[in-house]
Amino acid sequence: MTDWLLSLAIFLPLVGAVFLITIRNEDKEVVANNARLTALWCSLIVLVVVIAIWVMFDPSTAEFQFVERRDWIPAYGIQYYIGIDGISLFLVVLSAVLTPVCILCSWQAIQHRVKEYMIAFLVMEGLMIGVFCALDFVLFYLFFEAMLIPMFLIIGVWGGQRRIYSAFKFFLYTLVGSVLLLVAMLTMYFTAGTTSIPDLMQYGFPPEMQRWLWLAMFASFAVKVPMWPFHTWLPDAHVEAPTAGSVILAGVLLKMGGYGFVRFSLPMLPDATVYFTPLVYTLSIIAIIYTSLVALMQEDMKKLIAYSSVAHMGFVTLGIFALNQQGIEGGIYTMLSHGIVSAALFLCVGVVYDRIHTRLIARYGGLVNRMPMYAFIFMVFMLASVGLPGTSGFVGEFLVFIGVFQDNTWVAMLATTGIILGATYMLWLYRRVVFGELVHEDLKSILDVNRRELAYFVPLIIIVLVMGVWPDPFLNVMHASVENLVAQVQPAIDMAQAAGN
Amino acid sequence: MNELALSDLQTALPELWLAVAGMALLMLGVFTSNRATRLIVGLAILVFIVAGVLVNTGRAGTAFDGLIIDDTFGAFMKTLILIGSGLTLVMSLGYIRREGMERFEFPVLIVFATLGMFVMVSANDLMSLYIGLEMQSLALYVCAAFQRDSLRSTEAGLKYFVLGAVASGMLLYGASMVYGFTGTTSFTALAAELGNGSDISLGVVVGLVFIAAGLAFKVSAVPFHMWTPDVYEGAPSPVTAFFSIAPKVAAVALLIRVLTGPFGGLFAEWQQIVFLLAVASMLLGAFGAIAQTNIKRLMAYSSIGHVGYILVGLAAGTAEGINGIAIYLATYIAMGIGAWGCILAMRRQQRMVEDISDLAGLSRSNPGLAAAFAIFMFSMAGIPPLAGFFGKFYVFLAAVNAGLYTLAVIGVLTSAVGAFYYIRIVKVMYFDEAGDAFDRPVGRELSWVIGIAAAFTLLFFVYTGPVLDGADAASRSLGIVAGGEAQTAALE
Repeated sequence: MTDWLLSLAIFLPLVGAVFLITIRNEDKEVVANNARLTALWCSLIVLVVVIAIWVMFDPSTAEFQFVERRDWIPAYGIQYYIGIDGISLFLVVLSAVLTPVCILCSWQAIQHRVKEYMIAFLVMEGLMIGVFCALDFVLFYLFFEAMLIPMFLIIGVWGGQRRIYSAFKFFLYTLVGSVLLLVAMLTMYFTAGTTSIPDLMQYGFPPEMQRWLWLAMFASFAVKVPMWPFHTWLPDAHVEAPTAGSVILAGVLLKMGGYGFVRFSLPMLPDATVYFTPLVYTLSIIAIIYTSLVALMQEDMKKLIAYSSVAHMGFVTLGIFALNQQGIEGGIYTMLSHGIVSAALFLCVGVVYDRIHTRLIARYGGLVNRMPMYAFIFMVFMLASVGLPGTSGFVGEFLVFIGVFQDNTWVAMLATTGIILGATYMLWLYRRVVFGELVHEDLKSILDVNRRELAYFVPLIIIVLVMGVWPDPFLNVMHASVENLVAQVQPAIDMAQAAGN
Repeated sequence: MNELALSDLQTALPELWLAVAGMALLMLGVFTSNRATRLIVGLAILVFIVAGVLVNTGRAGTAFDGLIIDDTFGAFMKTLILIGSGLTLVMSLGYIRREGMERFEFPVLIVFATLGMFVMVSANDLMSLYIGLEMQSLALYVCAAFQRDSLRSTEAGLKYFVLGAVASGMLLYGASMVYGFTGTTSFTALAAELGNGSDISLGVVVGLVFIAAGLAFKVSAVPFHMWTPDVYEGAPSPVTAFFSIAPKVAAVALLIRVLTGPFGGLFAEWQQIVFLLAVASMLLGAFGAIAQTNIKRLMAYSSIGHVGYILVGLAAGTAEGINGIAIYLATYIAMGIGAWGCILAMRRQQRMVEDISDLAGLSRSNPGLAAAFAIFMFSMAGIPPLAGFFGKFYVFLAAVNAGLYTLAVIGVLTSAVGAFYYIRIVKVMYFDEAGDAFDRPVGRELSWVIGIAAAFTLLFFVYTGPVLDGADAASRSLGIVAGGEAQTAALE
């Protein structure tokens, strides 16, 4: 009955993009305005559809819902097979929330090739939702890889000074990772005889094979997350991308790595996951501490936030590989929270960048004198990023720590230092940008956030606070799916422990 | 010798039709002396269409005492060849009008080259193999040197001829070795003679190596690729477009037929050869292209790389691998025709330009052409959901299933390297400052061809049925036993 809803969410943006191609007029302004409006309405309708899906979602079961299944390449049993569970639901919601935000924040910042820009974002939205809904490995790979094209163009065409270097780095890093995923996928197909993700989860791969498969997948997801030392594409891509590009990168694209671990590595390759957990722990800890220190020393606001993203994603991988209910839920919750918060922080940078056209921290200072509203908005997100209780950041990180403490006290202890470092660099950034005297001449006439900007900041603030004080509606939906996931991994943990004893 | 039967003629009808029609076109050309070139091009396209109908309705079986064979595999490959030849002719219409190539020999040569390719694809005997190969090659040598006033073109023709003659010599030498040690040239007899590959005399293996080397030259697999960049660069653009598409299909089809048919029993021997050819071609195709500044040279390296991926499917040695190759070729034709169409549209102030930097800012001056070119480049890089991805997907699928993990991993990694130079073209078109616009209009025929190729490449994933079914039937008709797998295990 409702099996077409997900397809609607995936293909509506694509239809919108095709419609945009047909817009033609002599006057460029007319085209640009129509493109903006079409894209905004299109993404808002998708948001409504996705919220409807959320409302109709049944949180009591771990089964995939809104499943649609059609033959696609029958000779190989490859299907157009989509559906969501409690893990993917919120990532779909996240994609649908952030796309209209992106379009709104580009309203004036993007002045050339507006139509193409909007097409790229709508295509991105369709593909992002597709990645999180795909229940066939080939279909997943298709969406996962296809996303490189619009993102490459977004960074390369509308980016900053070093955009070409960054676009290439982003493209090639991600591609090298994902082609190994392709080999893993083919191997799994021939071993299990299916590409259906739920079926692959049930299939027990031989432990020796699991390790190779796990490493091949790790190559892809670790680049996407990104985990240290595969993260170097991220600061470049984030800094050079237009604001909306950074928002999508930080908000959604990074989550695909974490999602990949939860959806593929853990349930399909549990033995290898247990085997490689120390590796992931080590890399995550290094990411948390090292990139926090690096963030401390940045002079560019976007770069600082980019490094903080790497650190936060370290918490995510830490939580996921704690392999217990709290850890995994915490990991997913941190992904959601980080998706909103880091996106909002990039938007905050975008607000002042649109006015002054620089991202150097030293060029700002004393903004609170001219922009009180901005100072407040920035503060909320800054504190959420630090993980202040009452904001979404706290809930996720708290759960991650509960999860990791159960598994390994030392790891958890090291990870907590990341919180302190996180507070240091964020608070210092905030002090240097917002407080102090207004020194620079051009800042003395800067204007506070306008209504268009408020239109996307207010909902994001509400989400952050609601997720902070009342996480239950979000966690409730995940419980059943995560329980099921933990049950799939548990035998492997038990076996490893038995072998260890 | 049997009597010539009517059924023989029926089986060979497409070939006969091409031969007779080519002859008629030649006469027409001679009598009208260049006044009717456009008419002849049109008629040649018509000839191809009729040939397409004949190919797909023809009678399967062998003819002329087993000299040639007509099967589903042949029909699939011939259809691809006809599409390639026909569309390159359509694309070249504008070029030959403008660049003083308005001589009737060009379409006639293409028809004869196509006839040669038909014989290659249908060859069921070392003799017919050689005849087909030479007929095709001779026509191509002339085509390469077609702009006889251009130094580059004549040089390309000469280079191609000399190196091609060496390759043909090697092939002939190999064929004579095989004949000397087995006493037969018929593929059917050879397959029976060589059986399952035990007790094979060394001479046959030496012969096989020479034949494989000769054919590797024709598909421009590394290390027999040296002619490719120079000839691609020197030959007139429509000719290069033709070179990179239809003859590739024919040579690959021939290679498949020879290796899996008569030498099927020697799988363990030729798998090593194909394995090395594939690895070397993928690596050189990926790394060689990086430093190129001329788009035609870049396409030459790109085609070497593509041959590498195609050979991955052959190295698997299974029906699945051949299936992958057939799909790869079908998608390759679409991308190749499209990309060459875009290159043919690169004209500025009435002159062809061929530097990659000439594409700068194309997305502003001609957004449609830039978008199409970008689609072809992303597709050649193997980014889903474009057609090129499916070609690679099925080839690697076969390799993984045959246990060739090394090959698959090298393949996917080189495809990532290759992506670099493909997206560099996208970068030039989309990110760089605009140069002068290309001449417009691009030309009606050319725009149509580019448009159709782009639509096919972009929307292939929506409806994969016909191509996949055709490739499946084609690969089955070769009757390869799935013995490849076991032998691979023995090899590794």
